[in-house]
Amino acid sequence: MRKRNQRLWMIGGAGLVLIAAVALSLVALRDAVVFFYSPSEVAANPPAAGERVRVGGLVVDGSVVRVGEGGARFSVTDGAADIHIVYDGTLPDLFREGQGVVAEGAFGDDGVFGAYTVLARHDENYMPPEVAAALRATGHWREDDDDGQPYGNRR
Amino acid sequence: MIAELGRFLIALALALSAAQMLFAWAGARDPGGAFARAGARAAHAALAALVVAFALLTVLFLQSDFSVAYVAANSHVDKPLFYMITGVWGGHEGSMLLWCLLLTAVGAGLAKFGPRGDPALRVRAVSVQGALQLMFLAFLALASNPFDRLDPAALEGSGLNPILQDPALAIHPPMLFLGYVGLSGVYSLAMAGLIEGRKGQPLGAAMRPWALGAWTALTAGIALGSWWAYYELGWGGWWFWDPVENASFMPWLMATALIHSAIASDRMGAFPGWTTLLALLAFTLSALGAFLVRSGVLTSVHAFALDPERGLWLLAILIVIAGAGLALFALRAHRLGAGQGFSPTSREAFIGANNLLLAAAAGVVFTGTLYPLFVDALGGRPVSVGAPYFDATATPILAFALVLMPFAPFMAWAKGGLRKAATPLRAAGLILPAAIAGLTALALGAPPLAALGAAIGAWAVAGAGLDIARWSGAVGLGPKLALAGRAMAHAGVGFIALGAASDASWPYERMAILAPGESMTAHGRVLTMQRIMRADGPNYMSDLAEIAVTRDGRAQGVLRPERRYYPAADQTTREVAIRTGLAGDLYVALGEPRQRDDGAFAFEVRAAFNPLIWMLGFGAALVTLGGLAALSARGVERRRPG
Repeated sequence: MRKRNQRLWMIGGAGLVLIAAVALSLVALRDAVVFFYSPSEVAANPPAAGERVRVGGLVVDGSVVRVGEGGARFSVTDGAADIHIVYDGTLPDLFREGQGVVAEGAFGDDGVFGAYTVLARHDENYMPPEVAAALRATGHWREDDDDGQPYGNRR
Repeated sequence: MIAELGRFLIALALALSAAQMLFAWAGARDPGGAFARAGARAAHAALAALVVAFALLTVLFLQSDFSVAYVAANSHVDKPLFYMITGVWGGHEGSMLLWCLLLTAVGAGLAKFGPRGDPALRVRAVSVQGALQLMFLAFLALASNPFDRLDPAALEGSGLNPILQDPALAIHPPMLFLGYVGLSGVYSLAMAGLIEGRKGQPLGAAMRPWALGAWTALTAGIALGSWWAYYELGWGGWWFWDPVENASFMPWLMATALIHSAIASDRMGAFPGWTTLLALLAFTLSALGAFLVRSGVLTSVHAFALDPERGLWLLAILIVIAGAGLALFALRAHRLGAGQGFSPTSREAFIGANNLLLAAAAGVVFTGTLYPLFVDALGGRPVSVGAPYFDATATPILAFALVLMPFAPFMAWAKGGLRKAATPLRAAGLILPAAIAGLTALALGAPPLAALGAAIGAWAVAGAGLDIARWSGAVGLGPKLALAGRAMAHAGVGFIALGAASDASWPYERMAILAPGESMTAHGRVLTMQRIMRADGPNYMSDLAEIAVTRDGRAQGVLRPERRYYPAADQTTREVAIRTGLAGDLYVALGEPRQRDDGAFAFEVRAAFNPLIWMLGFGAALVTLGGLAALSARGVERRRPG
């Protein structure tokens, strides 16, 4: 009897926790998933203003303008379209013109993207997979960017 | 010549691992026989071969031999000696060599220190470990060889990524790997137990010290990485729920569950199947972590460059590890025997709840981390899952585990009984500190959820305090150390919760552009830029700012944040300056230089105040020390006569 009781306790407890965890992650996933848009996709079918999304592309040469107390404006491109981005934090050390970056934030009513975070990598030759895919889609991918080797280790 | 010798030694270690696997397999029937001894010798020889190979790679770095591709990619003649050495494991190939070296060390360790009382289990585990070594060494030799030549040789190396040139990060990977790879020993023992048809209780006893050792190293490794992110990345955060961080957190959660359930298995014969499954899953998740981090399939701040070939290798290894483990478990779990019974208020029940919650937390982290991959595989629009998801799922589950934590040490094994454990004095000792911490946080303007977090943290620390108050009841050095270890580890996670709650409650950040002579105010202090000067190092150029801090007119010292430029890598890093106090850290980073309209130079200065953030480091140190104390308690117990 005690053994059966114990099994009931364990199965009941495990089931409850399992159901709670699944429900929790489903609800949280629905709210917390952030979609990625390439510049061309934004041009064709922009996400709603205020919706939290990620955008990315190559930083357009000459587009970076420092503003305010440590903020910046810049544009990213996939070769076919551009996105204008404003960011009022300190840009990461690896942020550079011509480099692939991903920014998370939301579009304002004026179509300018307000970034909460700008992601650049530890690794100067790293290309975010979404940016690489976006460049491939517009035919602006140069194969020498992706020789499958880590930084510096190029044959 | 040295590089060729290195290649040969890796091939030799590969062959020795194969011999270790086969001989030990054949020797498990007669653990004292010639085959078993040959298996153990092969394990020791494989370790020796890789120790020499690792030393040779270090020599190549010290010689700056740029005819070796890996050295050329990760070193530079300008580099200081210390970072020449740490560069050995600063990139993919070298860190994979370190991984294999530790795998063979675990193999040799199993042969020497494996379960004394059960030689057949020990020999079988050595054989399984040989199979693991074989897979990773084949990957090292064929797809990631650090001794590959570069033709023509490079004139100059690219230098170790400057952001990795840091003392904490020099020891972070070895620690982390020690944890990941230590779990391979637990995996091998679990597989050996299933093959040999051991019962759950002796198997739990055999796995316990290995799980504890691996968990301690993993804890220290994750803490060092988090500390590094805090001061080196210059953003001030310490945990970002980034895929690479999650990759280390999932095995940690599993290992944490394992060290608890192994105690229940060892002491009371409870959870025989579950403990074994956890042991298999913990190392499987370590291998998953290696795949996620090294294949670049997920967008992460920590990602290295993409390499599809490497990803395929690691994916194949991962599938073998997971598949073999789960298949054998499905076939043989019934032989582990039924668990001993216990009441719902016994210590076993609390350990069961702990395991359930930790496994659920690992499950939701797993879901969130891999969800982008599922979506990608199904051809959907690329997505990412960020911190809000994990804050909404893993954090409440872990907080609930912390709420239950203080009860467990007071519950008796098997029979349990709440009334005996929950005396009014103890209840007051838990509730009062929690209420004080929570209400104080609320009064100081913390958001309600963060105040709840602070209350739970104080509750956990108080519970550990009540636990250690039974010091005189523990007789002998072994039990005293075990009690101290448990209390320290439990208090440590409480402190981590307190630090996290406080960090979430009062974020404070100010930015200004300062030329020499100008000041800004931050968190009640006046920060005055005194001067900016050049402070070049051996392999970098640096702008160093001297910023004087005064509070209510009293000088509080000078902060010296730096901005370094490394020409070899064409990369800039920020060296933040931190003034740690009991109330929190004043955190100052130097940003980009700006030229004013009148031609004067000024710098962006970012000043943040991170309240009580020392509690995170203090808590992590306590958890690690607790693990060490629990380990040495076992050592003392083992040496005790009788």
